[in-house]
Amino acid sequence: MASTQVTPTRMELTRQKRKLSTATRGHKLLKDKRDELMRQFMDLVRENMELRQKVEAGIKSANTNFVIAKAGMSEEILNVALMAPKQEVYLEVSKKNVMSVDTPVFEYKTRTADSNDIYAYGFAFTSSDLDDAVKSLADILPDMLVLAEKEKACQLMASEIEKTRRRVNALEHVIIPQAQANIKYITMKLDENERSTQIRLMKVKDMMLEEAHHYKEKQKRA
Amino acid sequence: MYKMAVLGDYDSIYGFATLGLDTFPVTDPAEAAKELHRLASNEYAVIYITEHLAAQIEHEIEKFKEQMLPAIILIPGVYGNTGKGVEGVRKSVEQAVGSDILFSN
Repeated sequence: MASTQVTPTRMELTRQKRKLSTATRGHKLLKDKRDELMRQFMDLVRENMELRQKVEAGIKSANTNFVIAKAGMSEEILNVALMAPKQEVYLEVSKKNVMSVDTPVFEYKTRTADSNDIYAYGFAFTSSDLDDAVKSLADILPDMLVLAEKEKACQLMASEIEKTRRRVNALEHVIIPQAQANIKYITMKLDENERSTQIRLMKVKDMMLEEAHHYKEKQKRA
Repeated sequence: MYKMAVLGDYDSIYGFATLGLDTFPVTDPAEAAKELHRLASNEYAVIYITEHLAAQIEHEIEKFKEQMLPAIILIPGVYGNTGKGVEGVRKSVEQAVGSDILFSN
């Protein structure tokens, strides 16, 4: 399979051999990387799914609580109560390297340390259902943050696995067979050239001897 | 210092404001896409978006998938769970493995 043009020279042969050894090593390394990524991804994605179901259930019940709270009081009072939040959250983002994939790690900080600052309203005009609703949402927030971290990591790792898998396949099915075929082609061509040179030399030697000693004429005379 | 944002229809997200997250009530897909890009280029590391809205601007969300920040996370809205979030997890398994071998049943 020498569909691509290779010149059958010794230099090209060494080049191809070097290419093959690099490709083989790269293939092995990438395969290891893919396997390890896959192993970690599997664990992570399972956690991701569990967490997602938990968070979705949490948000659903929080939403129900909010609907109940909304039903118990007038819209204006609710809007006013929630208009000016007291609490603020900030995120500290750091990186974690998982098999050369940078995944984010979030750490959250609140502006005030007091956990009661999520109730940014006076308790006089609002129903206690609203407090419950806000509380239920606050409880789910840490999980939501972990979910964000895990889900992002999963997405990043999935695309990295896809890329690595493509590379492994390209090496395994294209680059390595091609280099092997080229090496075979060049060695055969070189052998062939060597044989033809040998034959040519023998012929020339015969001719030169004939010229010098005239064997054929002597044979005829005898 | 990064912040967290919530995108979606007002009824689904107003509760998050009391917790200190920044809420951006939008319903129009075009507007939401614009808002998403604005938030992503600003200091927002995590953007929660309701599944209902996310379904309409899937294409825009896809663009941020390979970047480390921001993390765009789907959450169910007040009108129920569309299953889009779970679908997303399933999709990444499919992308990594080739077929969904974990959650197919």
